Amino acid sequence: MDTSLGSAVGLIGRDGRTLADVSQTGRLGHAEAIGSLLEQVLAAATSAGATSATADSDEHPAQDPLTHVAAGMGPGPFTGLRIGIAAARAFALGRGVPVIAVPSHHAAALEVIEADAPAEPFAILTDARRRETAVTVYEGIDVDGIPHAVVDTVLVPQADVDRKLGALRRIEVTAISGAAVARIARRAVAAGRTLTGSEPLYLRPPDARVPTAPKRVGP
Amino acid sequence: MTDQPLVLGIETSCDETGIGIVRGRTLLSNTIASSMDEHARYGGVVPEVAARAHLEEMQPAIERALAEAQVRLEDLDAVAVTSGPGLAGALMVGIGAAKGLAVSLGKPLYAVNHLVGHIAADILTPDSVPLEYPTIALLVSGGHTSLLHVRDLTTDVELLGETVDDAAGEAFDKVARILGLPYPGGPEIDRAAVGGDPAAIRFPRGLSRASDLEKHRYDFSFSGLKTAVARWIEREQAAGSEIPVADVAASFREAVVDVLVTKALAACADRGVPRLLLGGGVIANRRLREVALARAAEAGVTVRIPPLSLCTDNGAMIAGLAAELIASGRRPSTLAFGADSTLPVTEIQVAEDAGAAVNAPVVAGIEVG
Ligand SMILES: [Zn+2]
Repeated sequence: MDTSLGSAVGLIGRDGRTLADVSQTGRLGHAEAIGSLLEQVLAAATSAGATSATADSDEHPAQDPLTHVAAGMGPGPFTGLRIGIAAARAFALGRGVPVIAVPSHHAAALEVIEADAPAEPFAILTDARRRETAVTVYEGIDVDGIPHAVVDTVLVPQADVDRKLGALRRIEVTAISGAAVARIARRAVAAGRTLTGSEPLYLRPPDARVPTAPKRVGP
Repeated sequence: MTDQPLVLGIETSCDETGIGIVRGRTLLSNTIASSMDEHARYGGVVPEVAARAHLEEMQPAIERALAEAQVRLEDLDAVAVTSGPGLAGALMVGIGAAKGLAVSLGKPLYAVNHLVGHIAADILTPDSVPLEYPTIALLVSGGHTSLLHVRDLTTDVELLGETVDDAAGEAFDKVARILGLPYPGGPEIDRAAVGGDPAAIRFPRGLSRASDLEKHRYDFSFSGLKTAVARWIEREQAAGSEIPVADVAASFREAVVDVLVTKALAACADRGVPRLLLGGGVIANRRLREVALARAAEAGVTVRIPPLSLCTDNGAMIAGLAAELIASGRRPSTLAFGADSTLPVTEIQVAEDAGAAVNAPVVAGIEVG
């Protein structure tokens, strides 16, 4: 599940094959969309025989239980980002399975690498609002098959992107695939690795100012 | 399951992450994780800080609630969640979690109204006689100040009036700050008011003049009161007088309490309803309870006050309201609802699925457990 940009839910099999991958683009409506997307993925996958919580139920003898839930941890606009993480955690709790935290840019980078295996480093860029861009620089994949971030995610003022990135290839991303998030998680689980902490990649402290002395109200 | 449904309720409309579990009208768990301490240095609830805390607290709070109630998620008959009113970003964390949980378990989901939840808190009180209808309800917290006419908890709630500016709890916070007292202001003002004379300073009663009463008979306004307190203090300071903090605190509190109780009892009299239900976190204020009880007794009005742990925002009241909806045969909500920060009180349940079979699970054919 990933709601760092649009809302996305994907499902992959034990072999990494995509069983379902649905999304709704746009930055609004994450809270509205997430439940129906989950339901769609489960429905699509039920026909593929892979979503029951029990492997050996009499009614669905061929069904394979869900073993992990992957959550895209951002970066992304906070309000939307949290909805997917909250849904992923609660869904996993309902199934009694672990949540694998995945940096959302990793999923975008994996798709780039799978598509054209660039030999040179490249940057994944997503809109971080407030005239800033979230940037992660990747170079190939590591031994575990996970995109190798040579520079961790940073926020760059939009006006400085050209100067900071220079000739580096830029890939501006406006959607994250749920299935790609799941593929990263599958590789992380196989390698026994933790890719990011349990806190979303906020990259900014909350907007809040410690109040100063009360203002005068009288004449 | 219709009689005594086992429901888990999720409430994240402000700064409390509330998880409640009820079986019908029986309270099994009222688990609350508050981020109040994190807001203290800012002097009020910071929406982004609250939303971050909800996400962190959600899973541990659900686990604690299940352990306390000694039930398993698979045993639940339904999941309930607050859809509004409240802070949008905070509400959305609860909605995301509720949808994830309901779809995961294949259980029906009920999206409900926070304010009506406050009324439902009363039915979870053990050993009390059932809530009688109709009743007037006064809900007072840091986020809302509302006066309601409740003819039926699940079908017929009317908004009589609400605050046109600050909520009463906010007024306490702001005046506490003016007096140099920490957040949250309610208990601080109470402490400061000890020994003070509530009649020492006649602060204004918002929207209580005859001309205001025509249009705003049941509405509240506390912003002018806050300014009046600040002005009074500035004048005294300019005159070189020492500020009688206890008198200021007691007089300010009296102005808030007076206007709340006066308008609530006016609603009881106008509507011919001799019952008043109090709810919301500000009910923790002892002076408010005392004055309400005394003046209601004079007016022949019976007052009900749920235990304070059910007056502050909590998930049990959300679960309790959903259990009543289920028992009355209401269908679950569709999965398409979102957060509605200004959800009107008349919308007791959001997005009821007209096409769903009564009490049908939201995901058919998914085996659980
Ligand atoms: Zn409330």
